[in-house]
Amino acid sequence: MEFRQIPAAEEILGPSPGQLLRRRIFGHKGLMIGGAILGIIILLALLAPLLSPHDPYQQSLVKRISKPFWSPDSKPEHPLGTDHVGRDYLSRLLYGARISLLIGFCVALISGVIGTALGVVAGYFGGRVDMVITFIITLRLSLPFVLVAVAVVGLVGGSLQVVILVLGLLLWNRYAVVMRSATQQIRNQDYIPAAEAVGCSTARILLSEILPNVLNSLVVVATLEMANAILLEAALSFLGLGVQPPTPSWGLMVSEGKDFLFFEPWLITIPGVALLVLVLAINLVGDGIRDVTAPENR
Amino acid sequence: MLIYTLKRLALAVAVALVVSALSFGLLYLSGDPATAIGGEAATDADILFIRKTYGFDQPIYTQYLTWIGKALRGDFGMSYYFRVPVSQIMAARLPATLILGFSAIVFALVFSLPLGVIAAIRPNTWIDRTALFLSVMGQAMPSFWLGLMLMVLLSVWLPLLPPSGTEGWEYFVMPTIVLGYYAMPAIMRLTRAGMMEVLASDYIRTARAKGLLSGSILFKHALRNAIIPVVSVSAVQFGFMLGGSIVIETVFAIQGMGYLAWESIKRSDFPTVQAVILVFAVIYIVLTLAADLLNGWLDPRIRVT
Repeated sequence: MEFRQIPAAEEILGPSPGQLLRRRIFGHKGLMIGGAILGIIILLALLAPLLSPHDPYQQSLVKRISKPFWSPDSKPEHPLGTDHVGRDYLSRLLYGARISLLIGFCVALISGVIGTALGVVAGYFGGRVDMVITFIITLRLSLPFVLVAVAVVGLVGGSLQVVILVLGLLLWNRYAVVMRSATQQIRNQDYIPAAEAVGCSTARILLSEILPNVLNSLVVVATLEMANAILLEAALSFLGLGVQPPTPSWGLMVSEGKDFLFFEPWLITIPGVALLVLVLAINLVGDGIRDVTAPENR
Repeated sequence: MLIYTLKRLALAVAVALVVSALSFGLLYLSGDPATAIGGEAATDADILFIRKTYGFDQPIYTQYLTWIGKALRGDFGMSYYFRVPVSQIMAARLPATLILGFSAIVFALVFSLPLGVIAAIRPNTWIDRTALFLSVMGQAMPSFWLGLMLMVLLSVWLPLLPPSGTEGWEYFVMPTIVLGYYAMPAIMRLTRAGMMEVLASDYIRTARAKGLLSGSILFKHALRNAIIPVVSVSAVQFGFMLGGSIVIETVFAIQGMGYLAWESIKRSDFPTVQAVILVFAVIYIVLTLAADLLNGWLDPRIRVT
């Protein structure tokens, strides 16, 4: 007697939501490429002490401005050459990745907490509260952002902590705007009045009913703001009003290299390309997450 | 429309007032401004003298009211560094920044409007891809770096343009390209999205069905409607560009307001810094107000909210 093959559960039900999500993630080219590049940069930054051929702060007057590897005069011990005070450029580049990533993460976190709190509260309560918070957002948007950041760092004195704090306290506007409208959209979904009806506290509703449901947009904004913060730190450091020398910041490296623009343009090309690649990767990941988590918005 | 205008006007004035208080308050972030001006070599007597001459011994709200009262009449005090009225320095520096801002927004519009329109008519072609590529790169490239690379290309390798300065129109070419490039993605995306939405609408189908020429449909019917949001975004972008000009002006040593701000911050020239921030903020507030009123006038639905 022959038994007919019983179809497996998957064949009847189709792919599970988890499988669909995984398929979307791995099928998204931009997300995969961006994620891979970002992963490599994070790895390089973490392993910088092991990978760096030299101490990034070690100066050497006899080895000033040695050429990078594509030049016939390059020295094998300095594959990316040395800067104007003889520091190994590859080591500085690797340590610079740490600075950029650190600033990106911390700023995205600080501004994320501020902006999300403001946006969710405005969206949930509406009315007067919303009016006040909208006014605060308008106020923040009216400040010439780069100028204020530069002025504050100039007055307080530049350091890594100050730059993180200043950018964190200024960059929350996009979070607030996005979180406000996302909260407004889910505000009247059935589960919110239901939670209110069973007597959940406001804090509980905000944290465990609303926050998980706006998380997707939050992650997307966070990646964009991270990229933004990295570019702004580079700009501040370039202006000499950000992270201070001798810290190996990519913006600072461009600033130090610009005096040699005419004869050694690679001094600014290398850190600039590094910034470009990192920010591009983060943006690809951000756009990818948006496409994957909200495919209907494509 | 009158009620809407008055409401928006009141909001703008309120924002301007708070922003002025903030830019005034910035000065106190450094702790005691008198010590900062005196420098390290100042004795206690020097600092007391500075405090009295500059009015730092007054209560802070008196100082603010005096400052804002004078600022409203165009008097921003004396620059600590140049020893001339700040308003005079700003009057000398504002034209360069405005020229740069205007030429940059014109540059951005000239390239991004046609690109956006073509990208909307022919989605997923190489032009659409190029437009996308340009805007993705624009979001990832540091502006100061693009400026320096352009300088390497156009002043060092092909000596076509002067690298830095403000002496003539040729000095503004590279800064205009760089600053304008950063306004392009937003305008391009908005034009593309607006055009696509309009082209899919019923009245365009009707126009097509009537047998109108496609050129006439495109410009008379579609672009006119798609361009409304672009106008207001351009105004806002212009404001952003003025604020962002600090980086570009510093790269190209353009003697404008941004460069002035940068120099003044480095020299602890507080009255100048406060004045530049206030002027930039007010320009931005006026531009957004104008954009909002324009939108409200063009689209009556906005006035209701």
